[in-house]
Amino acid sequence: MADTYASPHDQNMSAEIGEQIRHADKAGSPLRIVGGDTRSFYGRAVDGTPLSLSAHRGITHYDPVELVVSVRTGTPLDELESALQAEGQMLGCEPPRFGEVGTVGGMIATGLSGPRRPWAGAVRDFVLGTRVIDRTGRELRFGGEVMKNVAGYDISRLMVGAQGTLGVVSEVSMKVLPRPAASASLRLEMPLEKALDRLTQWGRQPLPITASAYTDGALHLRLEGGASSVAATRERLGGDELEEDFWQTLRDLRLPFFTDDARPLWRLSLPNHTPPLPLAGETLLDWAGAQRWLKSDAAAEEIRAAASRVGGHATCLGASDGQGEGHHKAQGAAEPFTPLAPVIAKYHRRLKAELDPNGIFNPGRLYGDV
Amino acid sequence: MNILYDEHLDGPIAPQNKADVLADLSQAIPDMTLLHREEDLRPFECDGLSAYQVLPMLVALPDSLDQVETLMRRCHAMGVPVVTRGAGTGLSGGALPLEQGVLLVMSRFQRILAVDPEARIAQVQPGVRNLAISEAAAPHGLYYAPDPSSQIACSIGGNVAENAGGVHCLKYGLTVHNVLKVEVITIEGERMTLGAESFDAPGFDLLALFTGSEGMLGVITEITVKLLPKPETAKVLMASFDDVEKAGRAVGEIIAAGIIPGGLEMMDKLAIRAAEDFVKAGYPVGAEAILLCELDGVEADVADDCETVRRVLEAAGATDIQQARDDAERARFWAGRKNAFPAVGRMSPDYYCMDGTIPRRELPSVLKGIARLSEESGLRVANVFHAGDGNMHPLILFDANQPGELELAEEVGGKILELCVAAGGSITGEHGVGREKINQMCAQFQPDEISAFHAVKAAFDEQRLLNPGKNIPTLQRCAEFGAMHVHNNELPHPELPRF
Repeated sequence: MADTYASPHDQNMSAEIGEQIRHADKAGSPLRIVGGDTRSFYGRAVDGTPLSLSAHRGITHYDPVELVVSVRTGTPLDELESALQAEGQMLGCEPPRFGEVGTVGGMIATGLSGPRRPWAGAVRDFVLGTRVIDRTGRELRFGGEVMKNVAGYDISRLMVGAQGTLGVVSEVSMKVLPRPAASASLRLEMPLEKALDRLTQWGRQPLPITASAYTDGALHLRLEGGASSVAATRERLGGDELEEDFWQTLRDLRLPFFTDDARPLWRLSLPNHTPPLPLAGETLLDWAGAQRWLKSDAAAEEIRAAASRVGGHATCLGASDGQGEGHHKAQGAAEPFTPLAPVIAKYHRRLKAELDPNGIFNPGRLYGDV
Repeated sequence: MNILYDEHLDGPIAPQNKADVLADLSQAIPDMTLLHREEDLRPFECDGLSAYQVLPMLVALPDSLDQVETLMRRCHAMGVPVVTRGAGTGLSGGALPLEQGVLLVMSRFQRILAVDPEARIAQVQPGVRNLAISEAAAPHGLYYAPDPSSQIACSIGGNVAENAGGVHCLKYGLTVHNVLKVEVITIEGERMTLGAESFDAPGFDLLALFTGSEGMLGVITEITVKLLPKPETAKVLMASFDDVEKAGRAVGEIIAAGIIPGGLEMMDKLAIRAAEDFVKAGYPVGAEAILLCELDGVEADVADDCETVRRVLEAAGATDIQQARDDAERARFWAGRKNAFPAVGRMSPDYYCMDGTIPRRELPSVLKGIARLSEESGLRVANVFHAGDGNMHPLILFDANQPGELELAEEVGGKILELCVAAGGSITGEHGVGREKINQMCAQFQPDEISAFHAVKAAFDEQRLLNPGKNIPTLQRCAEFGAMHVHNNELPHPELPRF
């Protein structure tokens, strides 16, 4: 089975990567873990020797009937998605790809998910198992290729979004989904408040919505499912035809909203029914309102206070050296991620100290002391 | 196995003086119910795995978070182990008490704090029953998706601790996919919020780490769950097969057709008969296996999917296919499955329920292996299977009053789990490791991986006071257990590949 999905680039580099890690740990020399290096704008800068996973590539096992794929983390997301597409399947979390070189490892490390997230789940929801190279260079295996597995702590999901600070994820097994039989996208012009009301109402009904965003004075919706329900819902909701490509452009943060501005870009993660926040700047809503992109010169403290008042949090994107492209070139806030409550921060430090006592795995990527 | 905590195998525990601990806690938390007489402790000696019984040193029944917080601080200060218990329905002995420990019973935290239909969330205390959440959400057209078979009785705190599943996991996920936020009290008595009402929270995904951690990392004191809109319609097809393997293949072919059923369950002959005798579900007692396939969603799509599944089942060799005509018949079809455990329980004085998971493609070979083990041991095994997600529940029938039968059942169970691991699966899909499967953990994980689990534990509970002896074995235990299994240099099942 795995042979069917082989690529000439496939290569198992885990032994070499393990060796580099072992040496770094002995020397106490920090590593900057890199795949396609497309996501450096999402987090703090790491001062360390680059540890590249980009040669550690290949789908190691894919059995479409089992709805599971296992893949080395240096594999480009593009390559993985093409293999899934050929079998009529997809990654349910619809992760941003950030070009042809963005990797599976980048998806796991950042945990960023795309427009389908509220309905299908996030990256962490689809992770079934991981192989993790620890500080001694050994490859450990957690979880597996089965849908249900509660043996031991869920270290696989802990790795998602940990930005490589607890170990190097070398391989991941993910649940995949069949592509929907039918799809239609539409655009409904309406004010933001009305759009949020509608989304709240629709959220309580079993409608085949799998993406919804608000920008340019219009609610954008994607309907997916069986042909009958998509057609019926499309008819019921009316509106104008929308190119499916809109979602792919949104997913990869390539809409003009994201590229035409030098203001810092913020990601606000909020309870979905939150009314518009009183913050200066321009907003694009994704995830039916639960993920809001904000371009704003407002102070970080003001943005964070507004988000936390409603039970959410705010992340500032932007290369900390201001050297990126498009929205990445804006100088980000000093702390990209919302500071943690003291007790939570304490357990972050303790986990870090247990799993990476010499501080070699992407130190400072998430927070200064992690 | 010896269920008693064994310091040689499970690690040292500081000796406790019951009178001192009782005096300290009574003074520190005078308004908390604290049981200490043997007759009061007796009802708490076991959880849903009733073959294992240990009398706890003390039972604490707090009704406020301040009491829990103080209890944790005092136990931490005195070095007293704490085992947390919810409704006590767990099947792996995860809430089995310790002779030297306090059993912290969270069943008095029974309030549904809020149901917010606009945000589609419910905020509940840990002692709230799983089904009660869906009942409270029902007037809003919403429900809580994970539905373990024990949902009438099991509590949501225990569901989070075990990452409970149910019959709808393939489509709707496990507990970890349906919880947004939990409040926790650590062994040091600190309060923490993990997760958020938004879809994610900053920092490590500690919510995922705590889900399924079996009370080893902290005490869950409040849970915010996601609610889903009830599907517009749900239909159930029941297909009969004259061969278990054909039924197993049909499962893969339904998925291959691009359909994710809301539920997809399989039962073998013995389980079918037991269920039919018990609830008169209308099951075909002559069949070797049945598949129950539930399709839910929007009316028109479900009708289309029913047709597709019917064609797939026919092509796969089903001897009979029935579609439930109405909700009453649908409920009856499910009643047989949901009552399969007690139904089997009527056929035998005792039964032992396993919980292994396998890749679906391995079903035929694993079922053959189970049949062989059944024949060798002389113990009957009924198979109930969450076929859609590869989670098997073989039920081993035995009589604990016959000398040696419990041990034999445990041995057969252990071997079944090893079959699952060898097939690329796991020793537990939804019941948890608890005390029951502590030795099998050594078959599933290498020492380095076990050490990583210990490192995680140490970050939250350095003194190993929370639920010691459960979930993660010590390396000493694995060394002992491993030595036992390579006795005479003979591996069990030499025909199987070893990983």
